[in-house]
Amino acid sequence: MKRKAVIGGILTAVLALAACGGGNGDSGSGSADANATIQVGSLYEPQNLDNTNGGGQGVTEAFNGNVYEGLFRLTDDGEVEPLLAEKHEVSPDGLTYTFTLRDGVKFHSGKALTSADVKYSIEKVTAENSQSARKSQLEVIKSIATPDARTVVVTLASKSISFVYNLSYVWVINDQAKNLSTSEDGTGPYRLGAWKRGSTLTLTKFDGYWGTKPSNSGVVFHYFTEATALNNALLTNQVDVVTSEQSPDALKQFDNADYKITNGKSTTKLLLAFNDKVAPFTKVGVRKAVSSAIDDKKLLESVWGEYGTLIGSMVPPTDPWYEDLTKVNPYDVALAKKELAAAGYPNGFTFTLDTPNYDPHPTAATFIKSELAKVGITVNINVITADEWYTKVYKNHDFTATLQEHVNDRDVVWYGDPTFYWGYDNPQVATWVKQAEQSDTEAQQTALLKKVNQQIARDAASDWLYLYPQIVVASSKLSGYPVNGLNSQFYAYGITKS
Amino acid sequence: MKPVTVRRARGSLGRYLLRRLAFLLVSLLLASVVLFLLLRLLPGDPANALLSVGATPEQIEAARHRIGTDRPLAEQFLPWLGDLATFSFGTSFVSSLPVGPEIASRLAVTVPLTLLAFLLALVIAVPVGFVAAWRSRTWYGSLLSGLSQLGIAVPAFWIGILLVTVFALQWRVLPAGGFPSDDWASAPDALRSLALPIVTIALVMSASLIRYVRSATLDVLGSDYLRTARSLGSSFVGAVWRHGVRNGAVPVVSILGIELATTFLGAVVVESVFALPGLGSLLVQAIDQHDYPVIQGVLFVSTLAVLVIGFLADLAQRLIDPRLRSGVGT
Repeated sequence: MKRKAVIGGILTAVLALAACGGGNGDSGSGSADANATIQVGSLYEPQNLDNTNGGGQGVTEAFNGNVYEGLFRLTDDGEVEPLLAEKHEVSPDGLTYTFTLRDGVKFHSGKALTSADVKYSIEKVTAENSQSARKSQLEVIKSIATPDARTVVVTLASKSISFVYNLSYVWVINDQAKNLSTSEDGTGPYRLGAWKRGSTLTLTKFDGYWGTKPSNSGVVFHYFTEATALNNALLTNQVDVVTSEQSPDALKQFDNADYKITNGKSTTKLLLAFNDKVAPFTKVGVRKAVSSAIDDKKLLESVWGEYGTLIGSMVPPTDPWYEDLTKVNPYDVALAKKELAAAGYPNGFTFTLDTPNYDPHPTAATFIKSELAKVGITVNINVITADEWYTKVYKNHDFTATLQEHVNDRDVVWYGDPTFYWGYDNPQVATWVKQAEQSDTEAQQTALLKKVNQQIARDAASDWLYLYPQIVVASSKLSGYPVNGLNSQFYAYGITKS
Repeated sequence: MKPVTVRRARGSLGRYLLRRLAFLLVSLLLASVVLFLLLRLLPGDPANALLSVGATPEQIEAARHRIGTDRPLAEQFLPWLGDLATFSFGTSFVSSLPVGPEIASRLAVTVPLTLLAFLLALVIAVPVGFVAAWRSRTWYGSLLSGLSQLGIAVPAFWIGILLVTVFALQWRVLPAGGFPSDDWASAPDALRSLALPIVTIALVMSASLIRYVRSATLDVLGSDYLRTARSLGSSFVGAVWRHGVRNGAVPVVSILGIELATTFLGAVVVESVFALPGLGSLLVQAIDQHDYPVIQGVLFVSTLAVLVIGFLADLAQRLIDPRLRSGVGT
């Protein structure tokens, strides 16, 4: 009797709490609500709010295009379009870029945008203490001049066809702004409302915005550390959209009329990266054999079900120089055995695979181990933390082979750098990469990088296992949200809720 | 033969408090040294955690210089000790935010969560444990005892997921997780967010508490003094109330202190299931990022909390049992 009473008491208390508050249903109208606040669920909380100071993927997702804008914008389809730059001219020798800034642009603090802010912002990325991963791409800049308030003249040390594209991730910041790790002063359609670490980041509409006003009144990013908790939030309408689903198993519960699942284009590739400077992976034949011995399709299916793409190289379909190279090193166990024998390893060999301890690396490592066992290769899986990976593999090149996800677009150019961690050293490829960057036209650049891509595939420089899917799940009341998540960005200004 | 010294009851409560306070401060100082050194012994470089793929050795050096890990240990330790005295704990390597307010904002979740769960656990465990002992020979006495044993074996996250499935996903009466972005501005909203986590922790906590209450009650019910009191004409309820509760409470209170301290940081699993911005999740994240100032700050505050809870439990025991006050028992 007493037990019943106690449990009954708990239930009553829980239900009483449930009853108070909780009346936040939707208005019920069918058309878009301009006053709606969009609730976004994400696993990527910013480390801080400064993308040159280790802010990470999270701050790009929340701020890029929403709070901060660049001279150019990379659209969700991968196109580069002018944003704060009204127009730009390139000198015939390709070394001088003259940008004219859009008139009437104001920072959130009220200050008008001038060329000095642009100069400051570019130099912030290239500064000595900058932690931007993109810093090296902008080192080609020789000088920046500001002849008048609306004109910026950048002189390059050598031609750089990607320069305009590279400017799309340089945030234009007020040159007087302080404490950028914890506050902001950008020109975007939203300003930072509040950031409650470990929980939420709120963006509110900026009334003085120069361009088209957002279709909603604001955005709240809700941060989760656990995918199940994130999905539960979507199921209970606590969030309207999840920026990037990380498991196909979770998708079944959204397979109904209340939700929309989109399968967008991603730029994240899973690599089995050989150390091309360490035996036996110094031999092209061995690398090709390993690539052919692993059934990438089966691996992709076991991790992502029906989602994801096989690409057979480093270039994702959103890069202009993409082509399908899955046929270069096809899955063919007999071929793998033949290549192994030709390379001098008829009975296989043993190697250690440094495997980051977070998904999907351990799963992929186990799969690779069982696949390679079929051709006589023994894999020792060495599980390491992200930090160890950074020191051991990335910095010290102290590894034989490793697994790693590479998230950036247009990153095939790393194969032109023989000092990069995977140690691929083909002078021809390095020359092509350099020439491509100094091309006069995009067609020329594309042609050269296609050659790079084909060559690294023929050399099996790494084994490109698969391209991740980019899965966005949203309430069916939502529309206008980005589905591709290029460079982790998530433009929120076009989202409407009905 | 050793001379027998019987400590006399010379310590007044004030003296006792002073002694405990001194002990607390020395413990804290020791803890701060140990915390600091242990962290520096960990493998890995915090500067790495700050940078991404593509960083040059110069960038790593610059990051090291910025956060100060390139300086000698003593030069890193002394400023921290200074910070501790003012409860400011320095600035996070990663977020560049001051650590003190960050911890305070997490405590606004963790402290109510822990205390309310603790109270609920008491409300469940004391009557259930008493009945399980009082009626230990009946079927429901055994059932209660068995259920509590089962409860100890069930992991907290499982109970959490179960509660979410029923109350949040099926019945939609409570949120599945998260915490209001304006904290306690609306107390009902904050409580709604905490309801399921509180019940989760309380159920886990009460399972083990029931065992202690039950065995303490069994001791009391089988004691000579209770039988004597009954033989002198006390009713059962009167005898238990006047003599039993005090005697039974002493061992239970010391366990309560330990349970409360464990839950304070142990709530991390539950915080993760319910996406709560609590102290435990801050610690896990900071360890992941090698964010020394945050790790040190959280562990220091936790150490302080554990010491204070221990002190309160000790004090409560003294108030309950006069024999402890005389100093003979200690």
